[in-house]
Amino acid sequence: MSLLFEFFHTLKATLIDVLPILSIILVFQLLVIRKPIPKVKQVGFGFFYVLIGLALFLLGLEKALFPLGKMMAEQLTDPKFIYAEQAINAVPSWLDYTWVYIFAAAIGFSTTIAEPSLIAVAIKAEEVSAGAINANSLRISVAIGVAIGVALGSFRIVAGHPIHYYIITGYIIVVIQTMFCPKLIIPLAYDSGGVTTSTVTVPLVAALGLGLASTIPGRSPLIDGFGLIAFASLCPIIAVMAYAQLTQINTHKKQNIK
Amino acid sequence: MQQQLIIFFKSLIGSCKDLLPIILVIAFFQFVVLQQPLPNLGDIFIGLILVVLGLTFFIYGLEMGLFPIGESMAQSFARKGSIWWLLTFAFCLGFGTTVAEPSLIAVAKEAANVAAKGGIIELSKTAQAEYANGLRFTVAFSVGLAIVVGVLRIIRGWPIHYLIIGGYAMVVIMTSFAPKWIIGIAYDSGGVTTSTITVPLVTALGVGLASAIKGRNPMVDGFGLIAFASLTPMVFVMVYGMVIGG
Repeated sequence: MSLLFEFFHTLKATLIDVLPILSIILVFQLLVIRKPIPKVKQVGFGFFYVLIGLALFLLGLEKALFPLGKMMAEQLTDPKFIYAEQAINAVPSWLDYTWVYIFAAAIGFSTTIAEPSLIAVAIKAEEVSAGAINANSLRISVAIGVAIGVALGSFRIVAGHPIHYYIITGYIIVVIQTMFCPKLIIPLAYDSGGVTTSTVTVPLVAALGLGLASTIPGRSPLIDGFGLIAFASLCPIIAVMAYAQLTQINTHKKQNIK
Repeated sequence: MQQQLIIFFKSLIGSCKDLLPIILVIAFFQFVVLQQPLPNLGDIFIGLILVVLGLTFFIYGLEMGLFPIGESMAQSFARKGSIWWLLTFAFCLGFGTTVAEPSLIAVAKEAANVAAKGGIIELSKTAQAEYANGLRFTVAFSVGLAIVVGVLRIIRGWPIHYLIIGGYAMVVIMTSFAPKWIIGIAYDSGGVTTSTITVPLVTALGVGLASAIKGRNPMVDGFGLIAFASLTPMVFVMVYGMVIGG
């Protein structure tokens, strides 16, 4: 019974979230375009399904995945787990945190695969490219990018390096790749950076960053805890372009053999 | 009806597959690395079922509602031929969807807290609320502007990489001038602006426009709106930081 109550609560929150978009669409459709919406019944049902789907999705995440993922992030970054029976190092060595990097990469990859907005963009990309871009391969390359990004970001927090060196290096790599990458993929690759950091990934990744920054001596949650998300939105751009470049090299090789 | 059901079940299985990696990761770390039993197994099981159902409904509704409305509006605007109305719509869409975004409200509140503790603004409720609202409107304005620039790019057919690389250069330059406490918040604010409903809608808008305008390729010109929307907030939040506390 309480589950039903919680569902309606989340549904209400989602509805409030969607209301501005819905009113903008309606105002422009009715006052500016001044034409009835094509297939209005189907679109209406579509919106209804999206609402119900998002509410169920968020409720499920709140119930099952977030508490567990956040608890695990806390436990893995806890000095008691990291040093077990050894003495706690006053100056942390980045080697002590191997499990944290592995967890960061794994959670980055798996949450990105379940990210609804990435699924949406991947479906659209496959449709528009007439199948030249495979939705699943795109999602997997983005997920690999996020995995590397979050792991690298965790390493940065442990090592205590300033964030902008990493980000600026990343930008330089993106610029160089842009020059050599197939032109078709570039806008999609840029988009995939913004898409990844959404409903599922952000809460878990943020918990990991705050856990790390608040347990390692000498790190401040305010300055070091932020910024994992910046890594998670930069690395997918590099990964998607790399994927396109690898595919291009492969097809060239095949043609040469023929 | 039967066909609809088959499609529904197929996407249900797809959603299960999408969730499998998370389940495996959590199970592995919980049992093998941390070596602890799972707490409230019942809750977790119910939660997972809800997540799978939710994802299925969302994707189902996406192709029925969000994609078609985005594309049909793009085509209507293109046919109407009024650039100004299109740009106004673009701005409203960017601004309106961001200003009410719950994750942005949360981040702005947190940032106000940090700023008050750091002595950048007064330690009072009104000063904090003002600061948080200022941040929110800055981000929302910058997203609105981003969609406008992105739509203009599609109409004119400008290549995307000059604009994005120019944006990166701005972020890098601003980083060296902006106060240190705003940088982390600025970098993260780019990520929180694009919500689950905005992304499909904006993507459909871009693709719809690019396919309605002659000489544009939906693949090359249609994508890229979201890239703008996650770049401009970084620049504008740093400007905001410089204006507030130099």
